Amino acid sequence: MKKVIMPFLMVLLLAIIPFVGVAWARLDYLFGVILPYTAMVVLIGGFLYRVVDWLRRPVPFRIPTTCGQEKSLDWIKQDKLESPSRAWHAAARVLSEVLFFRSLFRNTKAELHEGAHLAYGSTKWLWLGGLAFHWSMLLIVIRHARFFFIMVPGFVDFLTDADALFDVTLPAFYITDALVLAAITFLVLRRLKDAKLRMISLPTDYFPLFLLTAIVVAGILMRYVAKVNVMPVKDQMLRLLSFSFDAPGEIGVLFYVHLFLVCVLAIYFPFSKLMHAGAIFLSPTRNLCNNSREKRHVNPWNAPIKFKSYTEYENDYRDKMKKAGLPVEKQ
Amino acid sequence: MSKYAPKVTVLKKELEEKPGFLKGNYSDKEWWDIPVEFREGNWCFPGKPEVLDDLGFPNPRKWAATDQDWKLPDGWQKIISDGLQSRLKKYRSLKLFLDTCVRCGACADKCHFFLGTGDPKNMPVLRAELLRSVYRNDFPLAEKILKGFSGSRKLTPEVIKEWHMYFHQCTECRRCSVFCPFGIDTAEITMMARELLNLIGVNNNWLLAPVSNCNRTGNHLGIEPHTFVQNIESLVEDIEDHTGVKVEPTFNRKGAEILFVTPSGDVFGDPGVYTMMGYLLLFHHIGLDYTISTYASEGGNFGMFASNEMMKKLNAKMYHEAERLRVKWILGGECGHMWRVVHQYMNTMNGPADFLEKPVSPITGTRFDNAAATKMVHIAEFTADLIHHKKLKLDPKRNDHLRTTFHDSCNVARGMGMFEEPRYVLNNVCNTFHEMPENTIREQTFCCGSGSGLNAEEYMDIRMRGGFPRANAVRHVMQKHQVDSLVTICAIDRASLPTLMNYWNPGVKVYGLHELVGNALVMQGEKKRTEDLRENPMAGFEEGDDDED
Repeated sequence: MKKVIMPFLMVLLLAIIPFVGVAWARLDYLFGVILPYTAMVVLIGGFLYRVVDWLRRPVPFRIPTTCGQEKSLDWIKQDKLESPSRAWHAAARVLSEVLFFRSLFRNTKAELHEGAHLAYGSTKWLWLGGLAFHWSMLLIVIRHARFFFIMVPGFVDFLTDADALFDVTLPAFYITDALVLAAITFLVLRRLKDAKLRMISLPTDYFPLFLLTAIVVAGILMRYVAKVNVMPVKDQMLRLLSFSFDAPGEIGVLFYVHLFLVCVLAIYFPFSKLMHAGAIFLSPTRNLCNNSREKRHVNPWNAPIKFKSYTEYENDYRDKMKKAGLPVEKQ
Repeated sequence: MSKYAPKVTVLKKELEEKPGFLKGNYSDKEWWDIPVEFREGNWCFPGKPEVLDDLGFPNPRKWAATDQDWKLPDGWQKIISDGLQSRLKKYRSLKLFLDTCVRCGACADKCHFFLGTGDPKNMPVLRAELLRSVYRNDFPLAEKILKGFSGSRKLTPEVIKEWHMYFHQCTECRRCSVFCPFGIDTAEITMMARELLNLIGVNNNWLLAPVSNCNRTGNHLGIEPHTFVQNIESLVEDIEDHTGVKVEPTFNRKGAEILFVTPSGDVFGDPGVYTMMGYLLLFHHIGLDYTISTYASEGGNFGMFASNEMMKKLNAKMYHEAERLRVKWILGGECGHMWRVVHQYMNTMNGPADFLEKPVSPITGTRFDNAAATKMVHIAEFTADLIHHKKLKLDPKRNDHLRTTFHDSCNVARGMGMFEEPRYVLNNVCNTFHEMPENTIREQTFCCGSGSGLNAEEYMDIRMRGGFPRANAVRHVMQKHQVDSLVTICAIDRASLPTLMNYWNPGVKVYGLHELVGNALVMQGEKKRTEDLRENPMAGFEEGDDDED
């Protein structure tokens, strides 16, 4: 299983780098200032570049995948979400994909029963795991806002309190921490367990999962085990956010592991499949209206072609046409 | 049975004996290490040199997929690589779909070819990876440093063979794209891959010969104008024999209100001709002012399966002819990929059709606003509207000898979104209709296994496997509800499903929707009807004292 071990070792190696770099080589400045700035520039610049690069390419045809009744006769009920005919229908369709993974919710599992009989069962595990993973990630990122603002916005406090509903540990235990780890574990295990998934998975599928695991684990260790002092962390983050290049204060090395892996993730992001975060908004089978018979759409490169005209056709077949009693343009 | 397919018992046994869908043990293999193997029944004969010459397609030569050397042209790697680059610039869809996949596997067991063959490279995700792996090779530096990390590979003749095999084991049916969380549509990828293959002369004669025919004679079957007319005239005679009514279609008539265009399979192929008879009866019944063109005599468009330019070229005839004949609008017959082209491409490619008028039904006055720009209406929409306004005299009992189910054709389902109209029509012309299981109909419908130009005899093995999920769903209603009639609105279905049914579900016959309409229509001045359009006895109409002869 080279394609699993290789990304695993890569993440391990990456986690050791800041350990050595900060604890032994004292490169706090590199890891606490230069790298975060670089990573953010690469992430934002790279992300924008990729999205603009997609947007620059034309969409020659309206090719929505219609998963519901089109708009036709007025007594037939249109499925506005799955066969959108107006821009806001299509927008709702895309949002339902982004927020609720609507297409994945449809997922089925085919089974071959005795007598070569095919059956299809509903299977929501991937949908559930994916949803738990992405939403937990989002909440965790929002929670981190308290490190970036002096005055923490109210909804961040609210979400943080909600996340710490099960106040069983000290400091309070976050539900999303457990959820995200459980979801990642599921996402890794399903790739290993199912023969089909084993076959299709690449190292680039395991790498981000392992990287995220390492980031989460480092974060959890900082909070619950090593109990890294958060004040210098917050100071440093505020400095970064005000574009200051001042050297960071004394912070536990575990923080640098966490931060470094986040930087790696940020740098890796624009070059990888993680760009699906931007692509999902642009997918032409989901974000276009199914109205190309109602409204003409223009293809910017609509290449001129030469087709066989009626005149050429008649020239080829005039005698036969006349014999068959067909009207002709020229006798 | 075809010599190109195994016996059904053999295939059944194979499906039963190996549990799970992935046939074979792949525990120690990566997909890119599995060689392709061409054998009888799994490849289509390549395009004949004269067909390629006629189309101006490159690299005409004699070759076979089983040959070691495919005689690719000099510099073929560059042709492919440049071809890919130019298509990436022209289609955002291609670029996005190559970039976006996270290999979540939701599509894996959605493909009929995967379910029927158990071949891992028939999982839509891997089908796309066949191209993606070459596309990724654009970053050779990263690949050199992290060898094997990104799953990229070099373009070799082996890769071309693999593409040829698996991009012809995709019918561009889009079922996978329904389930993909990013809407990645393998049909887009297959279309592009086939275009690339055509650039180096790797092709399929069963697909290209109709393209060449259509360019020359106006239709896929290569029927010349006089034969085209003769054939419809013979259907007119058959109709008169069966019903006592003489229908009077006109050809190439200027000033008709409506131009009717349907796949040529309806004019020449069995059982398509019965559907044609249904159209003719319907038009006569309502007194429609229409004409049929021998020049724009093809609704279908195999160009779509070869290249974008070919699709545009073949489709251009419809508007050209509509303009010449000065009709008001165009009515289109039952066909799958024809309607993908008409619905999603036609106006963009060949429009604007300013010389036509917004379609209005001359019988009911209904304005087809959904076709306001393209000015082309689907016959099922047209007929549903007629029935809704009670303009047809129908006797559904005349189809009581048929127990029906409905097969949604892929393109009409997932490329157009027409689900209710044909069902509404069907329910009004017959009394016994049972749906197949819900995961096999509507947007989740399964392809016939022979779409996108793969209906070749020599491809029977793959076709019977690819059609297995569809056949299986039919078998379900056959056993549960004694269904014996599979109704469809696609000419490829009418050509391919009879073979599939004979193979998996003997006894099930295939019908076009308008054939059943033709059976049910109570025509003015008709004689007593005891037989349907196929001359099969109707149930409940066989009184002894019939006055025929």
